[in-house]
Amino acid sequence: MIEVSEKIAIEHGLKSDEYKKICDLLKRTPNITELGVFSAMWNEHCSYKSSRKHLKKLHTKGDQVIQGPGENAGVVDIEDDDAIVFKIESHNHPSFIEPYQGAATGVGGIMRDVFTMGARPIANLNSIHFGSPDHEKTKNLLRGVVKGIGGYGNCIGVPTIAGQTCFDESYNGNILVNAMTLGLVNKNKIFYSKAAGVDKPVIYVGSKTGRDGIHGASMASAIFDDKIEEKKPTVQVGDPFTEKLLLEACLELMAGKSIISIQDMGAAGLTSSSIEMASKGELGIEIDLTKVPCREENMTPYEIMLSESQERMLIVLEAGKEDEAKKIFDKWNLDFAVIGKTTSSKNIELFFENKKVAEIPIDFLAENAPMYDRKWIKAKLPKENNFSKDDFKSLKLSDCLNKILTEPNIADKEWIWNQYDHTVMGDTIQKPGGNAGVVRVHGTNKAIAAAVDSSATYCHAHPLTGGKQVVCESWRNMISVGAKPIAITNCLNFGNPEKEKNMGEFVECVEGITEASKYLNYPVVSGNVSFYNETKDKGIKPTPSIGGIGLLSDYKQMIAMDLKSEGNYLLIIGKTEGHLDQSIFAKNILSNHKGPPPEINLFNEKQNGMSILNLKNKNLIETCHDVSLGGILTAVSKMAIKGNKGVKLFPIEGLVNKFEYFFGEDQARYIIEIKPEKLEIVEKILKKDSIHFDKLGVIESDQITYGNDLKISIDDIKEGYKKWLKEYMVN
Amino acid sequence: MKSSVIIFPGSNCDRDMDVALKKFGFENQMVWHNDSEIPKSDLIVLPGGFSYGDYLRCGSIAGKSRIIKSVIDFANSGGLVLGICNGFQILTETGLLPGILQQNKYLNFICKNVFVKIKNKENKYFKNIKKEVLELHIAHNEGNYFCSNDELKLIEDNGQIAVTYCDDKGNDNEHNNPNGAIKNIAGIFNKDKNILGMMPHPERMIDPFLSGEDGSLFFENLMGSI
Repeated sequence: MIEVSEKIAIEHGLKSDEYKKICDLLKRTPNITELGVFSAMWNEHCSYKSSRKHLKKLHTKGDQVIQGPGENAGVVDIEDDDAIVFKIESHNHPSFIEPYQGAATGVGGIMRDVFTMGARPIANLNSIHFGSPDHEKTKNLLRGVVKGIGGYGNCIGVPTIAGQTCFDESYNGNILVNAMTLGLVNKNKIFYSKAAGVDKPVIYVGSKTGRDGIHGASMASAIFDDKIEEKKPTVQVGDPFTEKLLLEACLELMAGKSIISIQDMGAAGLTSSSIEMASKGELGIEIDLTKVPCREENMTPYEIMLSESQERMLIVLEAGKEDEAKKIFDKWNLDFAVIGKTTSSKNIELFFENKKVAEIPIDFLAENAPMYDRKWIKAKLPKENNFSKDDFKSLKLSDCLNKILTEPNIADKEWIWNQYDHTVMGDTIQKPGGNAGVVRVHGTNKAIAAAVDSSATYCHAHPLTGGKQVVCESWRNMISVGAKPIAITNCLNFGNPEKEKNMGEFVECVEGITEASKYLNYPVVSGNVSFYNETKDKGIKPTPSIGGIGLLSDYKQMIAMDLKSEGNYLLIIGKTEGHLDQSIFAKNILSNHKGPPPEINLFNEKQNGMSILNLKNKNLIETCHDVSLGGILTAVSKMAIKGNKGVKLFPIEGLVNKFEYFFGEDQARYIIEIKPEKLEIVEKILKKDSIHFDKLGVIESDQITYGNDLKISIDDIKEGYKKWLKEYMVN
Repeated sequence: MKSSVIIFPGSNCDRDMDVALKKFGFENQMVWHNDSEIPKSDLIVLPGGFSYGDYLRCGSIAGKSRIIKSVIDFANSGGLVLGICNGFQILTETGLLPGILQQNKYLNFICKNVFVKIKNKENKYFKNIKKEVLELHIAHNEGNYFCSNDELKLIEDNGQIAVTYCDDKGNDNEHNNPNGAIKNIAGIFNKDKNILGMMPHPERMIDPFLSGEDGSLFFENLMGSI
């Protein structure tokens, strides 16, 4: 047996003072198994030691919220006893080391979080960020991640309905893979992880335990160096087939009444799942590790406790229900083992080959886990650029548009989502590539919209504004398909929290998210934090990903973004002031990366969004698209490409020049298509509600035109927009 | 009309198929792979998915499962057997249909709408469908149909090609071939035309709010022709 020392503790990712604290709490030196358990529970990934203090501030309440953060996933009410269980989670570190398995197990893990609560997964989404397209690793990472996401989700048979793909050199050494799942559950049949009652059997079900993924959670709590290849064994290996069986078996067991609590074995495997269940129930737990089904020989207690083998669940059953439960798992050919029981000791006690190999009070691992109030610095709002006439002198609208539509962050992502099964389950009514994915709530008139958003550029320029902006963008995506925004889940991807600047970015993004979600009644109900996205001292841009969901009470009322009919008018809702700083235009055309992000006005945001829903409810809108990256002209082009129709843009009024007007990224704006006979009533309603709008243009021909300044055919812009990613991946 | 959908571990289009069959009037029942008998049926469907994880080869383990003997008996006695996607793969693995399904030509999973041309209407599956070209949906990684030249000749001579990938006008050439399938084959019959295997999923196209409605024509005809 290895002798534990401070050196060994540090190799486990613990700090010296943390090791000292462990010895003080135990009043002795831990043995190696105990040290492993502590290191797994006290790492950043499991303990949230740097973030907990700030996460408490998040806005998590609302009439629609059934379960907020703290469970396997959040739960919201969608009326008629139906509820949606959803969460987003990061799998960044493993995906960089081994893109296929990293991404695949990210999808598998988040789906387990959802069906653990009794919900059948109905949709998957993802947000993936890669380094610069020119970076040597980007192409292979992208290919591997997309295959991994598809490989897992397609096999399980859950549609991947939306997502987001970004490129930025700050991810050259740390890609981001955030996976999100939505599940449907009867709100009276939700399962929680809190154990209750003493002497209840603790059951292990699913795959056997192997040596894969040992210390995965610790790896995800560390920065990368030159030796990351050596970390491959810490990446878990996924088996979607087993997960599909586990899903069906768990849902079958859940239809009965034998489960007291259930928890999937995710990060830190058996360690965190057993401790979490006991801790929430204020109980102790006793586990005989000899009884854990293992797929490799001679596994030690240390390895069994720290393995992150996938597709495993821990269940506390009502006593006497073991046989009934076992029958179900036998039917699905899955392992089923009674490995322990709940106790009143409030300790975790581990036995192996009839010997006690570890005993730790659960409080030490959960409540007494370190919590840091890390130092952070407040970001200053950058000074605005003062662009002069000369900056625009030699520019042509058509050149700018072509360049922007083929910019990697804007260009069409069909190459990616064609590899995801997005139609299985037969309820996908809006596919990827729109404002949000939409699935029907099976057998009802309702539908759920979902989207994932992030805006690292804005968050980097000013974290507080950026944090607000991402929430607003998510809200707009719900509105744009005609859904009432309900709630969000957040995946907070940041650099090294021990650096004051990075910690400041985190604190202020969280503040921004909180402010916007509170104002919009768009609460955060679940999420996770991923720190240490840093390689050799270079961290990522602050990247909170927001996964939003919205409800359509009648799916037939859904709106999409493809232009419908010639002669219809386009209106732009919200004021256009021509904010170019931090825009795609500024970066790509003017090569300017300075200045503040566009300002967020939450009052306008809410008013404008509600007015769109109001118009939709009155059946006055044909098409809707929110204006985001790339501004008005990019949005109009995407709508035109999707609908295969041209647009004649009307002359602009006011002080801004045409580049500022068409490419500025002012917030809280939407473009809507209105039939001519409905124009008068729409204008009347908007004026009455004091909503700012401009008449933007009219749908006609197969070109986008703006006086003599722009004449470009839809086919031309479509080609560039559609082919960038395909050509990039093939060449 | 009675239909049975077989559920293998890893099937994932079983519910979608059940919904579609019921929508068009079938009295459908689900049958577990480990059963040895199939209740009295007018139609047996092997649904899409990843039976047994697609381990070894797509459809190969399902082709040896306990229920499959009954499926083979039913098919050999002239009963209608429909295999969609993974179901098609299983039918080739059992030998009920000739040829094999290889990995897609460009090695990627493909999920998108495609057009298929109906090549033979002298059978219960397509008899009364008025259109020549249907818009259906594919979602597969191994849909690249292949067979030997001798087999191909037999298939062609017997009118066993059911549907081929094409454009919206019915041109079934290499430009409209999503996965590299020989002769653009998207679906084939056995010699007697009572067994149909095809990669496209009609069950995902039964509602104007889904990817389209041409799947409805398929099920309406099937219901009417049995």
